[in-house]
Amino acid sequence: MRRAKTPAAIGLLAALGLLLFLLPLAGLVIRAPWNQALGELADPTTTTALGLSIFCSLSSTGIALILGIPLAMILARTRGTLRNLLRALTTLPMVLPPVAGGVALELAFGRRGLVGSLLYQAFGIQIPFTTAAAVMAETFVAMPFLVIAVEAGLRSLDHRYEEAARSLGAGYWRVFTRVTLPLLRPAIFSGAVLCWARALGEFGATITFAGNFPGRTQTVPIAVYLALESKPEAAITLSLILLVVSVAILVGMRDRWLGAL
Amino acid sequence: MTLEAAVRVRRDGFALDVALSAAAGETVAVLGPNGAGKSTLLRALAGLDEMEGRVVLDGELLEDTGRGVHVPAEKRHAGLVFQDHVLFPHLTVVENIAFGLRAQRRPQPAVLARKWLDDAGLGDRAEAMPGALSGGQAQRVALLRALATEPKLLLLDEPLSALDVSIRAEVRRELTRQLASFHGVRLLVTHDPIEAMALADRLVVLEQGSVVQSGTPDEVTARPRSRFVADLAGVNLLRGRAHGDHVALAGDALVAAAEAGSGDVFAVIHPRAVALYKTRPDGTPRNVWHGRVDSVDLHGDRVRVRVKGPVPLVAEVTRAAVQELGLAAGTDVWMAVKATEVSVYPA
Repeated sequence: MRRAKTPAAIGLLAALGLLLFLLPLAGLVIRAPWNQALGELADPTTTTALGLSIFCSLSSTGIALILGIPLAMILARTRGTLRNLLRALTTLPMVLPPVAGGVALELAFGRRGLVGSLLYQAFGIQIPFTTAAAVMAETFVAMPFLVIAVEAGLRSLDHRYEEAARSLGAGYWRVFTRVTLPLLRPAIFSGAVLCWARALGEFGATITFAGNFPGRTQTVPIAVYLALESKPEAAITLSLILLVVSVAILVGMRDRWLGAL
Repeated sequence: MTLEAAVRVRRDGFALDVALSAAAGETVAVLGPNGAGKSTLLRALAGLDEMEGRVVLDGELLEDTGRGVHVPAEKRHAGLVFQDHVLFPHLTVVENIAFGLRAQRRPQPAVLARKWLDDAGLGDRAEAMPGALSGGQAQRVALLRALATEPKLLLLDEPLSALDVSIRAEVRRELTRQLASFHGVRLLVTHDPIEAMALADRLVVLEQGSVVQSGTPDEVTARPRSRFVADLAGVNLLRGRAHGDHVALAGDALVAAAEAGSGDVFAVIHPRAVALYKTRPDGTPRNVWHGRVDSVDLHGDRVRVRVKGPVPLVAEVTRAAVQELGLAAGTDVWMAVKATEVSVYPA
């Protein structure tokens, strides 16, 4: 096959687009205070933020797995208007600006929020500005990635495997744990990794709903943002860490990551 | 142990209405063209599809829509073998077979599964993944997986049609042996007459959702009641009204028969009983029709000539006759059939 020659203008625009990705990354790598990086890594502010980020992102991935897989199962089973509605709801956080998401969380779970006020009055529980709030904010933003991936996996699953299992005498939970989940493993895995990556980078909803308290809600992205004024080296080092993690995920998932979406 | 079933399934543009009974120790084949509702019937019996009616297996009521009874698939003791096997791709062969045993909480499921494999001569494939099996092996493993749970009813969906023609005969022999040693009710569905004839003690012919005929393979082919069965028996099937010594077909053509009786009837003419001539034959045959050759097909040393006309028939003649008469698509021919060669029975 001989294709029509691509005009130079297209190539030029594509190159500009690529540069927009490439230059900031280059800046990050070139300007990184490599000699200080190890020292920054040992800084308690950095390690605390890093530890908190890992804890929060893993927790929210765990919650997303527990809540998101059932949600995906319901989504995969429904048809028509209800499905579109549920789908729109679950994917809304993917397109909603995270700051707006944070405000929405505050209005629901804040001290004067819909549910938050009840929790406060009944049990004296306050969610905002706690680690739990950071986890909730990350889950809110990241769970849709898992739901979408698992739902796609369920829709392409050959349900006759489940039927075969049933005809062999397996009840619902045995079919679910021994057949459905194992067959969904690739979809669950790629969904969970995407979800975790999104949670790790979460900034807007977290700072709005959970605030900025070192050791409690100050995750790496928030620490980066704050350090940029006072300690740019620390900001760059932390950004590099996030970059390395992202690249590692990309390399690790290569073809899976778009395949499951 | 018996199966008694009356299954009705209604879906947009399709209705299945089948009454069926089968006893332990006999293999019943539901035979019909694609789209006749065979798989739907099987899935309804297995408890996997919505149905109306009644299913009783070994005295246990599995389904009675009138009384709101529905035993779920996992409690039916009905083993289903899918056409394309549907072995669990994430489990080894031995674990595939152990799956049902584990579900039944049998002691030592893996040991038992292994024994099934060894007995079938597949012991060396125990640790293989299903994807590494040949089609014939996968078919045998799928059957073992169902048999290992010791079901009361074994349901086979087109057990051989997913296989290469080259290995079908071998797998069919194996299947016959396995079926013979299974003491429950055996029901298979297929669109392949050879498969049905080879495996079944009794045929149930299904067309467009209803049973058109049932009986032993010999009974069914001796007196076809549908185009499908006539084709598989290789005979010509005509339908019309009988008036003593002849049958009037829909298009006013008459077929003379020795004893036609009266009322709606089927008339069967064997292709070998149809003689072809270039010109109108004289003499004894009472049935002489004119027609035009539609197609000429070689079947070994015999040639099947399909003739269109007021009485459309297939004639089976020798190669020499084809050359002598210069038969080809479009040739005008005369067909002659003796009245004694026309067998007539009530429709």
